Amino acid sequence: MSVNELFTKELVVINMGLESFYEDLKNQGVSTAHVQWKPAAGGDKKMSSLLGRLKGLK
Amino acid sequence: MIKAIVRENAYYDSVTLMLISREMKKQEGVEEVLVGMGTDLNLDLVKMLDMFVSELEQVTPNDLFIAAKFDENLVSMDELVASFDEQINSKKEAMSGDYQPPTLSSAIRHLAGANLVQISIPGQYAGQEAETALNEGLHVMMFSDNVPVEEELKLKKMAVEKGLLMMGPDCGTAIINGVPLCFANAVRRGKIGLVGASGTGTQEITVIIHKSGEGLSQVIGTGGRDLREEIGGLMMIQGIEALIADPETEVIVLVSKPPAPSVEKKIYDLIKDSPKPVVIDFIGGDAESVKKAGAISCVSLEDAAKKAVALLRKETPVDFDGFDQSEEAIDALVKAEVAKLKDDQKYLVALFTGGTLTDEAIKYLGEDFPLYSNIPLTPDRALSKREGKGHICLDLGEDEFTRGRPHPMIDPMTRTEFFKSHVDGTTAVILADVVLGYGSHEDPAGAVADSITEIKEALKKEGKDVIAVASVTGTDQDPQDLVKSTKDLEKAGVIVMPSNAQAVRLVHRIMTAAKL
Repeated sequence: MSVNELFTKELVVINMGLESFYEDLKNQGVSTAHVQWKPAAGGDKKMSSLLGRLKGLK
Repeated sequence: MIKAIVRENAYYDSVTLMLISREMKKQEGVEEVLVGMGTDLNLDLVKMLDMFVSELEQVTPNDLFIAAKFDENLVSMDELVASFDEQINSKKEAMSGDYQPPTLSSAIRHLAGANLVQISIPGQYAGQEAETALNEGLHVMMFSDNVPVEEELKLKKMAVEKGLLMMGPDCGTAIINGVPLCFANAVRRGKIGLVGASGTGTQEITVIIHKSGEGLSQVIGTGGRDLREEIGGLMMIQGIEALIADPETEVIVLVSKPPAPSVEKKIYDLIKDSPKPVVIDFIGGDAESVKKAGAISCVSLEDAAKKAVALLRKETPVDFDGFDQSEEAIDALVKAEVAKLKDDQKYLVALFTGGTLTDEAIKYLGEDFPLYSNIPLTPDRALSKREGKGHICLDLGEDEFTRGRPHPMIDPMTRTEFFKSHVDGTTAVILADVVLGYGSHEDPAGAVADSITEIKEALKKEGKDVIAVASVTGTDQDPQDLVKSTKDLEKAGVIVMPSNAQAVRLVHRIMTAAKL
């Protein structure tokens, strides 16, 4: 949907992150959903330290 | 005593946790509390506060921790944890009943007709989610910062290719189809469209357009780096093109810090052919080149709003560099205020929460007065160069003041503390902004009013008073009460001006008259 098409539609918002932004939208009656977001396991320190130890064993 | 507990795999957003930390800190016997996710940034902060204990050694970014320094005779760790649980549970209750999809993809399936994703997760993860959104054909508003510039360029190129909006990263303000996103004011819809790279600058302009009786068609944010050479103004250009094509928009306003020369040229080339008038406030930029491009230049954010309104009404836009009140009334006010000062009251303390509003103040006052700042006009006016006393003008929303705490527009505590530490018997003038609207604190004016009341009472004991000037960026439709906000400030002895520009101008007159 192009920008100018978006201007003609009802705004429907997915919120990821600060819940207060979601609440603001909800309180205004905007159609919205809040994603129960969590950081991906990729950023896991335990895993990276384990990998580090494994490398050390080689 | 210092203690910490860790809860594995419990995620809450940073603002929620910072606000809870602050509430917990108010409890008797508590010296310091930090509740956060186990990110490197938060752990550094714990170390800085001397609260790092062995329990935190294995914490990961997926884990929540509570670290506290407290007097065990007055409060226990169990009580502190219980207080955290109570607060987080009341938050959860407010959300209960709402299905929360676990991922963006599931949210897209769940929410019929979704067309925009608003992202405010930590910057290191934000780019990936934005890419998913764009690939699904959704527009993006990204409040997250700390996103690498290369990633921003990649996302914006993708968006342009697909004809989508990629507002941000670090985009604080937009109003799409009348819906305020992140930090934006409730303004009526109308015929003026705006593209802004400056959050509070955009807020100030939209508020004044609303107060003038007109409204906004669309307000597109770009993020602060869009007009740099590296990004090339991709989103500003996309925004201008959309507003030119939009039948609901009759006048276009652009607001930003001065763009990189190559980007400036692209924008001017584009607007030369615009069938709609374009008003430009490149704050502190070259007015002549704006005029050469056939656009209308401005002397302030307020002036940009007033000129857009004039053009919409088919009136001739003229520079507004005065006051709503008559010159006589302003002269009388300045005279009466300056008479309150004692000889040793010499300095300005300007404490802002809005970046663009600070910028406007520094560019206007900094020409004639040596203003020390964290965003100084010239390097020799950096805060670190200030020896002893001197005028200060701070943007408290900058990273250096917000580590581990919410932005001062969300939580007024930072500014309250700065009022306490920076205002004393040598202060002559206090200048502050009060930004209302969605995203902002529920009563920012009340917090300023309380600080000023306290300051005035303390100074009274020394036989002194202080001049306090503020402006309120807010509308009668904002969730905070504009009338009450203004009244509270006035009751505390603050002179409330109709705009940031007029507040700054009044301070200039006062500083000149008092020979500061």
